[in-house]
Formats: sequence, structure tokens, C-alpha cells
Amino acid sequence: MTKQILSPLPGTFYRRPSPDQQMFKNVGDAVAVGDVIGLIEVMKSFNEVQADQAGTITAFVADDEEPVMAGQPLAELG
Amino acid sequence: MAITKLLVANRGEIAVRIIRAARELGLKTVQVHSAADTESFAVKMADEAVLIGPPMASKSYLNIANILKAAADTGADAVHPGYGFLAENADFADAVQAAGLCWIGPAGDAIRVMGDKVAARVAAEAAGVPVVPGSEGRIDDPDRARAVARAIGFPVMIKAAAGGGGRGIRIAHDMDEFDRLIPQASAEAKSAFGDGGLYLEKVIERARHIEVQILGDGTRAIHLFERECSLQRRRQKVWEEAPSASLPQAMREKLCASAVALAEAVGYRGAGTLEYLYDDASGQFYFIEMNTRIQVEHPVTEMITGVDLVREQIRVCAGEPLRYAQGDIRLTGHAIEVRICAEDPARNFQPGPGTITGLTVPGGGGVRFDTMLYPGYTVPPFYDSLLGKLIVWDTTRAEAITRMGRALQELQVGGLPTTKPLHQLLARDAEVQAGDFHTRWLEPWLERNAHRLEETQG
Repeated sequence: MTKQILSPLPGTFYRRPSPDQQMFKNVGDAVAVGDVIGLIEVMKSFNEVQADQAGTITAFVADDEEPVMAGQPLAELG
Repeated sequence: MAITKLLVANRGEIAVRIIRAARELGLKTVQVHSAADTESFAVKMADEAVLIGPPMASKSYLNIANILKAAADTGADAVHPGYGFLAENADFADAVQAAGLCWIGPAGDAIRVMGDKVAARVAAEAAGVPVVPGSEGRIDDPDRARAVARAIGFPVMIKAAAGGGGRGIRIAHDMDEFDRLIPQASAEAKSAFGDGGLYLEKVIERARHIEVQILGDGTRAIHLFERECSLQRRRQKVWEEAPSASLPQAMREKLCASAVALAEAVGYRGAGTLEYLYDDASGQFYFIEMNTRIQVEHPVTEMITGVDLVREQIRVCAGEPLRYAQGDIRLTGHAIEVRICAEDPARNFQPGPGTITGLTVPGGGGVRFDTMLYPGYTVPPFYDSLLGKLIVWDTTRAEAITRMGRALQELQVGGLPTTKPLHQLLARDAEVQAGDFHTRWLEPWLERNAHRLEETQG
């Protein structure tokens, strides 16, 4: 079964710390437990999304700046 | 009235508030909304609703082209921006007027002047309104800096001319410290901002936030007394009152007269608020900025004056002369508003969107609850956390606080955390009851009372 990183909260998913900065992670990047892969904005407060398992990112299932629900997959790990 | 159909370019409780005022004026309403707000109370209330984009505000509520298209498609002839979003965007004000629509706000140029802190300060000084004492612009010569600091009086704030957002600020309490800090501040400003320029401003240590509500028709302006909003967390107002408990009558008259002078000097049209710092210790007040919109806390002013500010704002912006003379505005009793937000005060105000499983709205004399909630409504995570504003009025401040406690006890919002427990504790606090607070009072209070906030939860 594919490993997934799920959104901990409902809100807007961001893949960069701010619009003029690089993506936290790209497809093909290795992630360790605790690595930040994105932010979820909930009611104007920003919360880090940390990887809860290690692996290599094979796909982002949610796009940058996309609305997401709590529990929705954000990225897949291989 | 010259207009017939009002487009509401906002959401949440203020959209509901605007639709109510429009309806009482006999206007049709158009509610624009994002995909996340299709089930909102304002959408259900309005005569027409138009989808203007996805949930993200930058693609919907801030999308000027889509809002103007919605106005054209529905035949709306006026636009109300509410507060936040595009309310103080001068280019939007200009675009609305260029499209031949009535803009419920001041002219784009008035927003530009009063929205720019330096330009507003110059306009205030020209109208004879006191501003926070400081250097006129940047200071590069150390000898002149010393002379200015001596004239302002210590403590003095040293700010980087190119800084912003609270960065590059140092406070000197005496001349020795000032001499030590000036080279450091200049060097740091040079490395952080590429510009070593500094300017100086007086530190107002125990300031109250006092603001004056004004209404203008472009020629004449009146004030509707002041509000005090000193209870703030992270510069966000939490609890607001009218009138201020701390202002002597002579000072009230001076402050309000200064606001009218400034509003008339810039030919202000619409509802606006002039914000001041008031120094208890010296009895001095200082203009800080003007908000060129209707404000969140406008209901406390409505409760003590009986004037419907949103209705009057629409009237004057639609071209009618002010219906009130200054002498018609009477201050009666005391009003308090608390902001009920979807945040958990027991968990560092963590926001918590969700579905409203139950709702009991307080009632009885002198109680008003402005909200967009209804049972079954799902509060989306994409916008601010304000769920509603609980406003009470009574003949005295002490009675208003008692009534606030009673109304909070009746208020039940099921399904998500709210800031109700914070307000219940504040209403019982001796210093709040004595009106003994300032803008930096609440944050240390929250640290001291963290355990009590946890206990009152649920």
C-alpha cells in the first residue's frame, strides 16, 4: 500500500513558506520523519505539515494553494 | 435614493449586517461569494447571489474583475465593501466609480491620503490634530538626533527609516542609553535594510486605544463620540466599549472636535474612524491613523447614539446630505461588544472551524448578537475566525458589564470552540470592572490566567 502524508487540518495547502520562496519539497526528494512538506492555513493561522513517516516523494496529490479537508492526502511516498 | 440595487463585496457577519441595512432602505441586494460560501447566511438572505471564484480570497473576494462583472451582470448600481478585503483598496474604489457604480466609501484619493501613515500624519497636523511626537522624517546627524530626543522627552523609540512590521526598533530611556544605541541602531538598519537612516518617536507607555466615529457627506462631518478598544491580543481588538470609561468630559469634547476638523479638512464622505492613543498619565492624546471604512465594532456606537451607521453610510455615499446636525447626536448609557471567535482560548487561541451543532442566541433588553451562524452551518477554514459579535447596552458601565455576563451565560454555540470563556473571565475581572487597563494589559493577563481559561472550558 502507498504511504501517504495526510492533511492534519482543514484549510488551504501551501507548498512554499511564502510566494517568493522555493517549494519545501519536490517530487523525488527524500523526507525524514518530522520534515516540513507544506503549510495549512486555517483561519489566517499557519500550521506546518510534518512527515509522519520516511520515504521519497513520488507525487503531490494536492496542489499548491488548494483547499483541503482534514485527513485528505497531500503527498505520496515511495 | 439614487441607487436601487446594492452589491455586497464581503462575507460573514458584516455581509448580513449590510443586507439588513439595505433592505431597510428599500434596496435590492446582490451577494457575491466564493465556492466555500455557497451555504452562507448572507447568500441565503440576499435577493441574488453570484459565485465569483474559488475559496481562496485572492481569487474571489479580492478579485476586482469578477466583482465588477457580477455587478454588471446583475444590474447592481452600488457596491458596499464592508471591512477587510477590498474596503480600503483605493484602486478598487476608483474602478467601481469608473464602471459608473456608486461606491459606498470615501473617494479613492481620500483612501490614499488617510491610508498612508506619513500623509495622514501631515493632514492631521495641518488640521491641528496632535500626532505622536517625533522627528520630522529621517535623522542622519547624531547632534540633531540628540536635540530631537531631548525635545521629545524619554523614553524615545529609535526606528529604522526603512524598517517595518516592528523590526529595527530600540527604546532609549535616557541620554546615555540613547548615545549607546544610536550607532548600533544605525549599523543594524544598514545591514538589515541597506539604509542606516533612523527616525525617532515618543514612547507612550500606558496608552489606551481610543477612536472617534465620524460620518461625513463630503462637506460637513459629525462625530458620534468615541469607542475604547484597549483590550487587544496581538494587536487584534477583543473587547470594545462606548464611551471610554477613562476620558474626562472636557477631553472627550476636544478629541471628538479634532476628529471632525480632520474629516472636514479632507472633505470626507462616508463612515470613518480616527484612531488615537490616549496617555492616562499626561492626559494627552495623539492621532495614529484613520480607517476609511465601517469597522467591526461599530455597533457599540449605534447602541449609545441610536444612529444606524451602515444605513447612514449608504445614504451619504449615495449622494444625500447628512441628516443629522452635531446637536442631534446624544450619548446615552454604555455599550460593550465582545468578539466571539472560533478559537480555543485554552489552547493558545488555536482556530477551530466546523459545523454548528447547536445555537442559543441571548435575548432580553439591551442585547444584540450580530452573526452569520445558523444551526447546521459549516464555518469554513479559509477566512477569519469571527463568528459573531455580542453587544450589550445598559444605563451605566457597571450594569453593562453585569448584562454582558448574563448574555454570555445564555449564549451557546455547539460544535466548535469559541472565545466565550475568555469574555466570561474578563467580565468578572476587577481591573476590567474598574476600567483600569491599557493596550498592553491583556497579553500578560492571558499568561497569568491560562489555567483558569482551561478550567472554564466546556
